[in-house]
Amino acid sequence: MTGSTAEGHGDMVKAICQRHGNDPASLIEIFHDIQAELGFIPEPALTDIAQAINRSRAEVHGVMSFYHDFRRQPGGTVTVKLCRAEACQSMGALELIEKVCARHGVTLGGTSAGGVTIEPVYCLGNCALSPAALVNDRLVGRVTPDRLDKAITEAAS
Amino acid sequence: MTQSPTIVWIPRDAAARSVGADDVAAAIAREAELRGETVTIKRNGSRGMLWLEPLVEVETAEGRIAYGPVGEDDVAGLFDAGFVTGGAHALHHGPTESVPYFANQERLTFARVGLIDPLDLADYEAHGGLKGLRAALAMTTDHIIEQVTESGLRGRGGAGFPTGIKWRTVADQPDGEKYIACNADEGDSGTFADRMLMEGDPFTLIEGMIIAARAVGATKGYIYLRSEYPDAIATMNAAIAIMEDAGWLGTDIQGSGTDFDLKVRRGAGAYICGEESSMLDSLEGLRGEVRAKPPIPAIAGLFGKPTVVNNVLSFGTVPVILAEGAAHYKDFGMGRSRGTQPFQIAGNVKQGGLVEKAFGVTIRELIEDFGGGTASGRPFRTAQLGGPLGAYVSEAMLDTPMDYEALAEHQAMLGHGGIVVFDDTVDMMEMARFAFEFCAIESCGKCTPCRVGAVRGRETIEKIMRGDNAAENLVLIEDLCELMTDGSLCAMGGLTPMPVRSAIRLFPGDFERAGRTAAQ
Repeated sequence: MTGSTAEGHGDMVKAICQRHGNDPASLIEIFHDIQAELGFIPEPALTDIAQAINRSRAEVHGVMSFYHDFRRQPGGTVTVKLCRAEACQSMGALELIEKVCARHGVTLGGTSAGGVTIEPVYCLGNCALSPAALVNDRLVGRVTPDRLDKAITEAAS
Repeated sequence: MTQSPTIVWIPRDAAARSVGADDVAAAIAREAELRGETVTIKRNGSRGMLWLEPLVEVETAEGRIAYGPVGEDDVAGLFDAGFVTGGAHALHHGPTESVPYFANQERLTFARVGLIDPLDLADYEAHGGLKGLRAALAMTTDHIIEQVTESGLRGRGGAGFPTGIKWRTVADQPDGEKYIACNADEGDSGTFADRMLMEGDPFTLIEGMIIAARAVGATKGYIYLRSEYPDAIATMNAAIAIMEDAGWLGTDIQGSGTDFDLKVRRGAGAYICGEESSMLDSLEGLRGEVRAKPPIPAIAGLFGKPTVVNNVLSFGTVPVILAEGAAHYKDFGMGRSRGTQPFQIAGNVKQGGLVEKAFGVTIRELIEDFGGGTASGRPFRTAQLGGPLGAYVSEAMLDTPMDYEALAEHQAMLGHGGIVVFDDTVDMMEMARFAFEFCAIESCGKCTPCRVGAVRGRETIEKIMRGDNAAENLVLIEDLCELMTDGSLCAMGGLTPMPVRSAIRLFPGDFERAGRTAAQ
C-alpha cells in the first residue's frame, strides 16, 4: 500500500538513504534524518528504506520500534523531554513532571492542545543541576515550571 | 588610544548553557559595547564546578579570575565593580585555580577542560595536546601497548577491565579489518564526565582513538554518542572535521603510514546500548540487543571483526599516558586502581560537579568536602554509586575509599564514577521499585531473567507497598534477585539486583512501613 504520504515523502526518504550510501549499518542515522525532516517516521517510509538498504521491511520495522527516540505519529511543535532518572528524582523530578503535565493538560508521552509533546527521558547528563529537561535540542537545568515555560515559549517562536 | 582587549571566558558546555551561559555571554558583549570596553569573549568547556555555572572567568595579570554563578542581571554590576580587571564583587571567587574545589583535584584526563577553547587546535597543542600522539607515532605498536598496560589504566566505562590487555588481544588478531569503537552512550544517571570531556576537550578523545588505532592496526573508528547529548554531537563532529583538515585523521597521518577514519554515530535513546555488545549491534544498524559472550569483541566485535571498545574517559586518558609516561600516571591511585578517576557529584548536593581525583578518595570527602552536603539542607540519607545499576550506600559506609576493589568488598561498585546524593526524604522502597521499573523499560528483551524478572520484581515490590504478604514477598524478591544476578546475559539484568538488595539490606525499615501501615 502506498498512500499519498509515501508518494509525498518517498523521494526525500530515498535521498536520505542515498546520502548514507544505502548502507544498512546507517539505519539509525537514516531514521534520525527522516524524523528531523518530518517529526516522525511515517509507516510507508519503512518500505522505501527497506528497498534502499536491502533489508526486509520487518527488520527495518524491528529496528525502528526498538529505539525510544523514533515516533510513529507526529508530535507537537515543541518536544519536552523531562528527566525522571535517580539524580533528578533526588531533586523532586517526579513532582515536577506531575506539575508540568497538569499545566499542559497531558499525561506523560502526550501532546498538548498547544502543540507541546511531553516525554520522559532517563538522564540528560545534567545531574549536578537537576532536575533537567531537554526542550527540542536545548538543555535546561534546575528546571521549575516557570523556567520550563520560558524555554518552551522560546523554542516555539 | 588602543587598549588590548580583555579576554572573558564563558563556558559553552551544555550544563553551563542550561543555566543561562549564552544569555550571560550576550549580556556581557552588550554591556561592554555600551561602556566602550574592549572585551573578547571566548567560549571554553566547564571547569566542572557546576554549582557556580555560569562561571565567568576574566584574564588578568594575576591569572584567570572567577565569577559565578553569574546571571544576566548581574552583568551591569560586574562592570561597575571593575570585573574586567578582576575587581571585587559578591560573585568574585579569586583565581579559578585557587578555588579549593578545583585546587584540591588531580587533573590528568580533564587537564585542559575549561582551560582552552575546545575547537582551537593551536590552543590544544599549546596546552600539551598531540604530545602523546606524536610520541606514539614514533613508537613501535608493541611499545604503545606496553605503556598503556604499564600505566594500569582500567576501563573507565564501569567494568574496569585493563585497557592494555584488551588492546593486546586485538593487536594479536591476524591482520585485516579491525575497528576502534568508542562507547559514548553515557546513560547512567549521575554521570556526565563523558559529555564534559567531549564538549570541553574533544581533541583528546580523538587523539586517544588514533593512538589505539595505530597500536592495534585498525583503520576505522566510530564514536557511538547518545542522542540525548546534542551539544556533544555537534562539538565532536566539528572537532573531527578540524582534525581531518589538519591531517590528523585520514590517510597516512602526518606521514606515519597510519590510516584512520573516524565517524560519530548517534544513539537513539536506548540505555542498553551502553552495554558494549548491544552498542556494536546498534552500530551495525540493528536492534541494540545484547550478544552472548564469548566471543569477546576484541576477537569478534563490530561486523564480526576484532574491535577495541573503550569508554570516552579511557581513550581520553591515553594521550596523557603516552605524553608523560606510564609511571607518571601509575603514581596516582591505590592498590590495583591506578591513576585518577573523574568523579561526578550529583543529585541532592550543594556543590555538584566533576572532581578528578586519584583513586582512594573517600565517599565522604567527595560528598561532604567537595559536595558541601545536601542541596536541600536536610540530613543525608544515602547515595547511589555507579549509576542505576549501582548500590546505595549508608552513612556508615562513607569512609570507604573510591577504589574498584574496596567498593566491591562493600557490595558496591564504582561504575562510571557517578555519585547521586539523596536527603532523608527518599523512600528506599520506591527506589528499589524504580530500579526494577527502569530495567523493565530499558531491557533489550533478549534474555528472560531480565525481560520478565524486571516486571515481576516491580510488581512484587508494589505488593509489598500495599502490605500484601510483605515478608513472603521480600523472600521472593531475594530469590528473584539471585536468579537475575546469575542468569542474565549482561549487566542490565545482572546488576539491577544491586540497588534493590542494597536498599533492602541497608534500609530495612523502609520495607516494613507498608506492612506496619496495614497492621495499624
